[in-house]
Amino acid sequence: MARKIKAAIIGSGNIGTDLLYKALRSEIVEPVWMVGIDPESDGLARARELGLKTTAEGVQGLEPHIVADEIQIAWDATSAYVHASNNDLVKKYGVKMVDLTPAAIGPFVVPPVNLLDALARGEQNVNMVTCGGQATIPMVYAVSRVQPVEYGEIVATVSSRSAGPGTRKNIDEFTRTTSRGVEVVGGAKKGKAIIIINPAEPPIIMRDTVHCLVEGTPDEKAITESVHAMVEEVKRYVPGYTLKNGPVFDGNRVSIFLEVEGLGDYLPRYAGNLDIMTAAGLRTAEVIAQQILEAAA
Amino acid sequence: MSIAGKKVTLHDMCLRDGMHPQRHQITPQQMIDVAVALDEAGMPLIEVSHGDGLGGASVNYGFPAASDEEYLDAVIPKMKQAKISALLLPGIGTVDHLRMAKDKGVHTIRVATHCTEADVSEQHIGLGRKLEMDTVGFLMMAHMIEPDQLVKQAKLMESYGANCVYVTDSAGYMLPEDVRVRIAAVREALDPKTEIGFHGHHNLAMGIANSIAAIEAGANRIDASCAGMGAGAGNTPMEVLVAVLDRMGVDHGVNLFKISDVAEDLVYPMMTHKVRIDRDSLILGYAGVYSSFLLFAKRAAEKYGLSSREILVELGRMKTVGGQEDMIEDVALTMAKAKAEAKAS
Repeated sequence: MARKIKAAIIGSGNIGTDLLYKALRSEIVEPVWMVGIDPESDGLARARELGLKTTAEGVQGLEPHIVADEIQIAWDATSAYVHASNNDLVKKYGVKMVDLTPAAIGPFVVPPVNLLDALARGEQNVNMVTCGGQATIPMVYAVSRVQPVEYGEIVATVSSRSAGPGTRKNIDEFTRTTSRGVEVVGGAKKGKAIIIINPAEPPIIMRDTVHCLVEGTPDEKAITESVHAMVEEVKRYVPGYTLKNGPVFDGNRVSIFLEVEGLGDYLPRYAGNLDIMTAAGLRTAEVIAQQILEAAA
Repeated sequence: MSIAGKKVTLHDMCLRDGMHPQRHQITPQQMIDVAVALDEAGMPLIEVSHGDGLGGASVNYGFPAASDEEYLDAVIPKMKQAKISALLLPGIGTVDHLRMAKDKGVHTIRVATHCTEADVSEQHIGLGRKLEMDTVGFLMMAHMIEPDQLVKQAKLMESYGANCVYVTDSAGYMLPEDVRVRIAAVREALDPKTEIGFHGHHNLAMGIANSIAAIEAGANRIDASCAGMGAGAGNTPMEVLVAVLDRMGVDHGVNLFKISDVAEDLVYPMMTHKVRIDRDSLILGYAGVYSSFLLFAKRAAEKYGLSSREILVELGRMKTVGGQEDMIEDVALTMAKAKAEAKAS
């Protein structure tokens, strides 16, 4: 069996636990530690059952084992408040960090758009933007790589059950971070993000709409091809990523309508917004692992 | 039940909710003309902003004729007695917009969420209160949940610092009894010092009856719109409400002749879309669909050769909520595809 790069999951909540299930299927990354702060947490219990080492002492509990257990990659699925200190600690041991919190110390990464560039710059810490950003920025980029986008706007609609307390307490962080990602990674000159929470039962699957206003008349054929190609790229790590309608063209407006269904690993399938974060986090770690292995070869 | 002598604060919507039928194209000068006339008529509170609140300028909701800043700068210095309010929907607008509104002299900030999602408003209501603004929580689509559930959400908003909480009939779906039980439950549960408001839409022609039911059940702030200019079949028509409240002896301070002149001479002639209960706005009220979807559905129906009524019914079936305007074109595209496939087979 080919060698796998060992990794630690920091955070044993919904995101960390869903990531655990995905990472266990990886052919190149092996999760060996799960770090929490609550000994009673369901995530830690599941991790133990699945054969991982666990600690409820936070990253301090992990620190003595980083070298011995050859941990080279960590995911942080805790919160923006503690991410910086988590990162400082693992960084001392040369661990690469994939940040799933809103802290964004490192550059934004949306795997099919700019992951390779970020790694080529030797970034130690990369940030996964937001769920809405992971779902929509590939589409903004799919348009902007064909022709300049003056303005990119995304509307993310998530089910009420999938919007956790962190998102709710600081919903402005979502709109600000996502609109910045639409600009910095998506390539729109100006970005705007809107989030809607829908309480319907049964819960709705995540929906995302992307509107781009392009410079000049849209090259319909090239944009349509670019969008379809990018959908296939995202599908490689999020199989439930679906183009529902569009791209439709109206003057200089290009609109794209998406649905994101999760794999239902730990989180329900409707929570595509959470799934696309964990899938992007894993995808990022896998590419980092690939590069580590290639460098060693 | 007599409401004679009761004091009620009327709040005019035509320069905010009225932005929907005007496709957000009201000019700053029109805003000034109407607001000055409303001020003169004794209107205590007038809402000014994009129809979808501060920060609503977007492809999704429509780009307005001027920015929120320009509208507020135009109107606020001209007011003699009226105060200006602004709407903010967390998820669309942010605390940055709220701070801007405060700086411009906005007196009342109204933080609106879907009726089950009050906990996204904590940041914004908290800041409004901290900035010593009149801070209102606005629970939209309140027909979708039972009174006891609504009470929980109202209490959240109150706990964040709202000094007034609204029961909002965004779909114009409620009948007077629906209003009565919700307002009564919220009135009962909140601190007596917290004001209770009602915002109606006229899709089933219940605007006046619902507003009266709300006052009887304990509401003391009532939204209505001069000439009824608002989303769907519009809001409760202000000049009619004023006439009815006068007859009932309610203390509200607005002059009937003056307000009916504003409606007749200024607002009605401005309407690019004549706000009335047409077959589509009727369906909004009948099926419980967000009133602002009306013109989007009409446009999508025209573009894709469909019935706007069918689009609205489908949006109701999908349990869409306020803000999901993007789903209208999506639904239309899906319906058009199905129609084309049916024709081909």
